[in-house]
Amino acid sequence: MQYNNLIIDLMQIIMLTASAVVVMVTAAFKRNHAIVCGLTVFGLFASLMTFVLIEPVLPFEATQLLLIDEYSLFFSNLIIVGAIGVALLAYPYFKTHESPNEEFYILLMTATLGAVVLACSSHFVSMLIGMEMLGVSLYAMIAYTVHDAKASKFPLEAGIKYLILSALASGITLFGIALLYAYIGTLGFDEIPSALEAVGGPGPMFIMGVLMIVAGAAFKLSLVPLHIWTPDVYEGAPVPVTAYLATVSKAAMLAVTLRLILASNALEFNAVLAVLTFMAAASMILGNLLAVLQTNVKRLFAYSSIAHLGYLLVVIIAAASVSNSLSVESTSFYMLTYFVMSLAGFAVISAISDSTIELDTLADFRGLFWRNTSLSAVLITVLLSLAGIPLTAGFIGKFYIFSTGVEGELWFLLTMLIIGSAIGLYYYLRLIFTMLQNADISGEDRAAAAMPVGVHAVMLAMTAAIIYLGVYPTPMISTLQNLASAF
Amino acid sequence: MILEWLIGILFIGGIGAWLSEKSNSELPRVIALATIVLDLFLVILMLVAPGALGLEPISSSDLGQPGEWLVLSTAEWIPRFGISFIFGVDGLGLLLVTLTVFLGLMSLGSAWHEIKERTGFFYFNLLWTLAGVIGVFTALDLFLFFFFWEVMLIPMYFIIAIWGHENKEYAAMKFFIFTQVSGMLMLLAILVLVFFNYQAAGEITFSYFDLLGTEIPDAFGFWVMLGFFLAFATKLPSVPIHNWLPDAHSQAPTAGSVILAGILLKTGAYGLIRFTVPLFPTESMAFAPTAMLLGVISILYTAKVAFAQNDLKRLIAYTSVSHMGFVMLGVYAWTSQGVQGAVMTMLAHGFSAAALFMLAGGLQHRIHTRQMDQMGGLWGAAPKMGFMALFFTVAAVGMPGLGNFIGEFLVLLGSFRISPVAAALAAIGMVVAAVYSLIVIQKVFHGENKNNLVVKDLTKVEMICFGLMMIGLLWMGMYPQSMLEMSEPTLRSLGVPFFD
Repeated sequence: MQYNNLIIDLMQIIMLTASAVVVMVTAAFKRNHAIVCGLTVFGLFASLMTFVLIEPVLPFEATQLLLIDEYSLFFSNLIIVGAIGVALLAYPYFKTHESPNEEFYILLMTATLGAVVLACSSHFVSMLIGMEMLGVSLYAMIAYTVHDAKASKFPLEAGIKYLILSALASGITLFGIALLYAYIGTLGFDEIPSALEAVGGPGPMFIMGVLMIVAGAAFKLSLVPLHIWTPDVYEGAPVPVTAYLATVSKAAMLAVTLRLILASNALEFNAVLAVLTFMAAASMILGNLLAVLQTNVKRLFAYSSIAHLGYLLVVIIAAASVSNSLSVESTSFYMLTYFVMSLAGFAVISAISDSTIELDTLADFRGLFWRNTSLSAVLITVLLSLAGIPLTAGFIGKFYIFSTGVEGELWFLLTMLIIGSAIGLYYYLRLIFTMLQNADISGEDRAAAAMPVGVHAVMLAMTAAIIYLGVYPTPMISTLQNLASAF
Repeated sequence: MILEWLIGILFIGGIGAWLSEKSNSELPRVIALATIVLDLFLVILMLVAPGALGLEPISSSDLGQPGEWLVLSTAEWIPRFGISFIFGVDGLGLLLVTLTVFLGLMSLGSAWHEIKERTGFFYFNLLWTLAGVIGVFTALDLFLFFFFWEVMLIPMYFIIAIWGHENKEYAAMKFFIFTQVSGMLMLLAILVLVFFNYQAAGEITFSYFDLLGTEIPDAFGFWVMLGFFLAFATKLPSVPIHNWLPDAHSQAPTAGSVILAGILLKTGAYGLIRFTVPLFPTESMAFAPTAMLLGVISILYTAKVAFAQNDLKRLIAYTSVSHMGFVMLGVYAWTSQGVQGAVMTMLAHGFSAAALFMLAGGLQHRIHTRQMDQMGGLWGAAPKMGFMALFFTVAAVGMPGLGNFIGEFLVLLGSFRISPVAAALAAIGMVVAAVYSLIVIQKVFHGENKNNLVVKDLTKVEMICFGLMMIGLLWMGMYPQSMLEMSEPTLRSLGVPFFD
């Protein structure tokens, strides 16, 4: 019985691992881009569908390392959906890439595996394993087009930048974990409070350790002041990988960070609270301010993602004064909306780009509304949603943040949130206006050309999700309420 | 259901207009016309024969607030946060809904020949703006209200940003950011209000009726009230947050200006009457002197600024701010005459400002300039236009016998009771109004036609539009009682003191 449940609960992870192996073996025998991509999507889809089996036997502690509950299942599903989206975007993108493409999908699988492990993690060991599996795969994914002479961006620079900084962040996290372990002698998240009590309360070493772990997480979440890598890596990486960074990597890291913070009662310590508050405020303001200066849409999205993670942090901080379940519910909802919006946004950029040319400057979007109405309608929906306008998911998300913030009486952060959003409006609107302008395109117009089915499907699904969540969020809210009630 | 239908028809008509462009670029405007006429028909039916629609005034006492509602319907939306669809219309709401649909028809008339490009998307935006505005006037759940508050904003942004004039990007951006930021402050204020109500009553609800009478701790009361006030005062607009309006007006296409001046500004005034004062009676009364001062400053300062303008549309835009100062003054006097006067001013200004913007837009369409020093002596070239301009200018100045006079007179009467000084200063505004208005007639229609402009006189469509608005203003001026009677029960239930 126990073992049956164990297998069922780990089904997603097992399926992902198996698919990665299948994809790898297939690629070794027959190098065929279409087959490998198809297998990847199929494998991801199959592991996604196992949630039907998993759901009835929740929650389950699958060894000390992984806690499979509705919360982790929600994030795992989100991650796998994101990975499917990225695989669909990657196929047309890499078609023009002359070196072998098949390994990309293997990396995608391993990265996703790491992300799912992160989402289920309830222990520092699994957290580190997940982070590294995700991180190491991402180094290669970011630099994937490096051998292509015609690569449009600077994948090597982006890859190296991410490698060095991310490795540093992992090192800091590891050091933090070591300090923590030395002080309290346990690595399980929810054992921290009791272990801490046993050793007689927190000391400087403990606080230092927590702060170092927070710093490592903040790096992955690209919160100010650890955000420096974000714009360069976002711009330099191939678009599908940027989409992956913005969605899957963020969601996975956020899931584990939230679980760690809540389980360890880290918000009880003023030092942690102060650092997080500073990060949230600085991310909201700086992220939005710097986004205003950008003329490259990928960089713009990078800064906007910094700002949005700042918004998310407000809800996490609110857990210090509101119930944990409300904080979890708000965080999950906002992460979901942010996830959907980002994926749709990058799908639009991806639709008009491939590995040899990326149309990602503001000028490339001039008049897009008249050249390809459906494509720009998707992007306009995304931008309005990012700005938090009604009828879109972003509005409900922002509503969640506001109401959680009000309940937590976080007046300072709410003020920063309003100022940040006000600045945000400016650059979202500017991009919308650019698309509405009249364009004179000389020569071939890529945007008006037909797009591959997969990209269409991603855009359609994500836009539908944005509108659906904005108009009728009730079913999703009750799902999230349910999963949050465990906290 | 009738209110949901009013809004739904516009939403669907908008989508239909957009889709129909593919087959024929003339079709969208016909669809838009049919949509608005259908809505107008329903609204008139509600006005004259509510029984025919199966309506009878129902009391909302079961929802916690006394007062007669002609229609009131509720349905759940997001139960997690106590958010529901509560649509209701009473006398005041019905007056404003009528104004909205009627001016929607007028704006359609002004767009009929002017909009040649991307007609489908234009009429889509036009209809969706109207739907948003009707939603604002009928929503009685604060979340729903905020929702529509934003829904009316985006299509308007597109109208300015796509079909606007030379400086449209700046104007559209400014319009959007001003309204959106003040809207966010209102959202925050709504949430704080709901939060305190939750603490007291133990239930999260956004229903207007449940939130009336919420006790807010003194430290917060003023700030929460201010959040509402700022959003509405931005929309009204009032000095010192008025300066999005001249840009938005001068850059918007004619239909956009008509909707902005005629309807959108009224949502701000409506918000003050329906929400700010009734939800925060004590705080509002404490704030009233400041608000009245702002009203007086708006009247006098923007009147002077209007006088200095050379751009015809900018001038009319500033006069709008000046007239809206009367509304602010009347509302915050919070006496029966004051608020009744504010309501009348809203209605009458809706007509007169819409007509003046249509004239200015029509002129620009014909001679491709808004600069008054380029014009002159147009009366000879276009006598009908000259007459209409004179009529609506005189109306805006406050000629007895026309609607605006009734409104401004009542405001002065009502505010005199509270603050004779404010009333006296505001009365000066009426004198200045005559100066800046008549200068328009002089510069544009009198004098010498130095550039030898040839102006095509008003078309039939335009004549019909102006004729209808003339009748409306005359009706308001001659028989204001019909409207005062409609708004009175509403105002009574909102707590306006009536001295009978």
